[in-house]
Amino acid sequence: MKVAYWPGCVSRGFTAELHGSMAAVAPMLNIELVELDRASCCGAGVIAEHSQELADTLNARTFALAQQEITQGADLMMNICSTCQGAQSECQQRLDASAEYRAQVNETLSDEGLEYQDGIINKNFLWVLVEDIGLDKLKTLVKQPLTDLRVGPFYGCYIVRPTDRLDINAAQPRDEYLGQVIEALGGTVIDYAGSHKCCGFPIITMNKEASLEQAGRHLGDAVDAEADCLVTPCPLCHLNLDLQQPMAAKQVGRELNMPVLHLPQLVGLALGVSPKELGLQHHIVKPTSVIDWSQAVVGGVGGW
Amino acid sequence: MAEFKLKIRRYDPETGAAPYWDEHTVELEPHRSVLEGILQARNENDGSIGVRCSCRSAICGSCGVRVNGKPGLACHTHLDDALASAGEDGVIEVEPMGNMPIIKDLIVDMDAVHWKKIQRVTPWLIGKEPVPEREYIVSRESMIDVTQSMACIQCGACVSDCLSMEVDPLFVGPAALAKTYRFVGDPRDAAHEQRLKDLGEDKHGIYDCTHCFKCIEACPKGVAPMNQIMRLRRIAGNDFHIKDRNNGERHEMAFVNNIEKNGILHEADLLPDSYGGKFHPRAVPELISSLPIVMTALLRRKMTPGKALLHPHKAPDGVKRIFEVVEGRDERNEFNLYISGTDADNEGTAEVAEAIEAAEPAGVAPDGTEGSSA
Ligand code: SF4
Ligand code: SF4
Ligand code: SF4
Ligand code: SF4
Ligand code: FES
Repeated sequence: MKVAYWPGCVSRGFTAELHGSMAAVAPMLNIELVELDRASCCGAGVIAEHSQELADTLNARTFALAQQEITQGADLMMNICSTCQGAQSECQQRLDASAEYRAQVNETLSDEGLEYQDGIINKNFLWVLVEDIGLDKLKTLVKQPLTDLRVGPFYGCYIVRPTDRLDINAAQPRDEYLGQVIEALGGTVIDYAGSHKCCGFPIITMNKEASLEQAGRHLGDAVDAEADCLVTPCPLCHLNLDLQQPMAAKQVGRELNMPVLHLPQLVGLALGVSPKELGLQHHIVKPTSVIDWSQAVVGGVGGW
Repeated sequence: MAEFKLKIRRYDPETGAAPYWDEHTVELEPHRSVLEGILQARNENDGSIGVRCSCRSAICGSCGVRVNGKPGLACHTHLDDALASAGEDGVIEVEPMGNMPIIKDLIVDMDAVHWKKIQRVTPWLIGKEPVPEREYIVSRESMIDVTQSMACIQCGACVSDCLSMEVDPLFVGPAALAKTYRFVGDPRDAAHEQRLKDLGEDKHGIYDCTHCFKCIEACPKGVAPMNQIMRLRRIAGNDFHIKDRNNGERHEMAFVNNIEKNGILHEADLLPDSYGGKFHPRAVPELISSLPIVMTALLRRKMTPGKALLHPHKAPDGVKRIFEVVEGRDERNEFNLYISGTDADNEGTAEVAEAIEAAEPAGVAPDGTEGSSA
C-alpha cells in the first residue's frame, strides 16, 4: 500500500531514530511512504490552546497536501505520533462538522491553491498495522519472534481518548491494539497500571515535578510488573519516558532503567532488522535487556 | 430476569482492616442499573455495604463510583452494558472513586476534595454594575455556550480520574475549572480577569492540567471539563495577557512562534524560549538542571551540536501566510461544536433556528441564578 506520510516534527528532531526505524520497516511491510515534506507541525494541542482556527487551518493544509497524494494513488494519510493523531483528529472533527467553517478555512488556504475536502482518512501506524496490514499478515512476516520478551504497552493519551472522536469501540478496540501487535510479534504483553495514562509531557515546562512524577510512576509500575521494556507509538511520550527518565528516577526516588522502544523499532526487531539499524543506540536508557534478547536469537550485533 | 455477579470493593478505615473484594449475585432485568444491583445486594445479602445515592435518575450526582475501572454514575450504568465491559470472568467490578479518601466502601469524602476545590473558585456570579432595572440582556449563543458547564451535577467522576490530580493533589481540577468557565464564559459576570489571574497565578491552577482527556471521557453529562480549561487558557493568554506562574502562556507562545518561524517544531529552542529565551534569568537554572540530559543526548547523538544551534527548517510561505491571516483577525474565530452542532445534526432544523432567532433574546434573572434546569 501507499500512504501520504506525516512523520511529525519530533521524529525528525530529538527522536530521529523513530523516523529512521519507520523507513527501515516500511518496505518489509510493503508500505510505500510518500513524505509530506511541505506540511507543518500539527500543533500538538498547544497551538489549539492558543487559537483553534490557527491549528485547524494548519492541519487543513496538511490534509489538503495529503489529499493531493491520495488523488495520485495513496490509500490514506499515515502518522507515527499519538499526539499528531489526536491533535489532527480534533481539528478534523471541527473541519468535517461544518461546510461553512470549512469554507472559511479553505479561504485562507486558497492563496496557496489548496483545498481540504472533508472526510480524509488519517491513521497512526499502529492502526494501519492492525486494520490495513492485518495481524495475520504481520505474523507471517515475523522472522525472530519476540519470545520471552516482556513488553509493556504505553499508548499516550491522544491516541486513546476521547473514544468517540477516535472511533474506539468494541468492534474496533483501538485501545488494545498495542497488546495485539506485541502478541502477533511473539512477545508477552505486560499489564501494568500506567499503560493508558499520561506520560506528563504537556506540563514538563509548567509543573516539572508533577510531570516527572507521572513518568516516574508509570515506569516504576512497569518495573514492578517485570517488564523488559515499554513500547510507544508516541515520540512525545518517548521524550518524557526515555530522555527524561534519569530525572524521573530522581523525582520518584528509585532506580528505573526501563528501556522504551518506538513502535516501528519493536516491529523491526521481530522482522529481523538489526538493533543498530533501528537506532536503539540513540536511546538514553540503553535497551540492554532488549539487545540481550535479540542477541540470544540473532547472534552478535557489533559494538556500539 | 437475569443473574449478574457484582464484585464490590469493601473498605472501612475505622476497623483498620485492609480493603477486600466482596462478591454478590443479584437478579434483575438487564436494563436495570448497577446501583439497583448494589442496593439489592445490600437489601438481601449484606446490610453493611456502604453506598450513597438519592435520585436514582442521574440528576443528584451522589452515586459516583467506578464500574470496571471507569468512573461514572452507578444509577446511569445499565447492568448489561457493565457486563459487556467486564473482564472475561463476567464479573462486574464496582469500586469507590479515586483521588478522594474513602469514608466507607463505595462512599468517598467529597467534602475533603471535590467541594473544597469548587469553593476555591468563587462558584457564584459576580454581577456587573450597575444592575439593570429589569433583566440582563445576553445573546443566545453565549447562554448556550455556558449551558455545557452548567450541566455539571457535581458527581466528581472527572475528579476521580484526573491524572494531574493523581500526582498533584493541590491541582484545582476539572470540575472546579469547568465551573470557572461557567462564569468566565458568562457575559453578566464582572470578574473574568480576576478569576483568570487568580487561577493563572496559582501554580496548581489552569496551567497544571496535562491535557489527558480523562475528564472528558469520565463525565456523564458531556461537560468536557478539559475543553473548558483550554478555553480559559485562550482567554487568559489572548484577551488578558496574563503571565502565569507556570510559564504556561510563555510556553504556548514559544511554541506558536517556533512553528511560525520553522514550520515544524524546533525543540532545541523550545525549552529555553518557554522560560523566556536563552538568556532569561529563569531559563538559566532550568537549562543547567537539564544539562546532564542534554549531555547524554549529545553523546547518544540524539541532538547534534549543529541541530542545537542551526535552524534546519524554514516555514514554507503557505504556513507563514496562515499565521498572518489568522493571527491578524480582529476577533478570535472559534468554531464551537457544542453550540453549532454538525451539519448532519442540523439538517432540517434551519427553520426552527430561524424562528428562535426571530424571537426575543433570552432574559435571565438579575441576581444571576441559573434556575434548576436539571
Ligand atoms: S505532535 Fe509532535 S511530532 Fe506531531 S506534529 Fe506535533 S509537534 Fe510534531
Ligand atoms: S502520554 Fe504524554 S506525550 Fe504521550 S500523548 Fe499523552 S500527553 Fe502526549
Ligand atoms: S485533562 Fe486535565 S483536568 Fe482533565 S483529567 Fe486530564 S489533567 Fe485532569
Ligand atoms: S464535570 Fe461531569 S464528571 Fe465532573 S463533576 Fe461535573 S458532571 Fe461530574
Ligand atoms: S443517584 Fe442521583 S445521580 Fe445517581
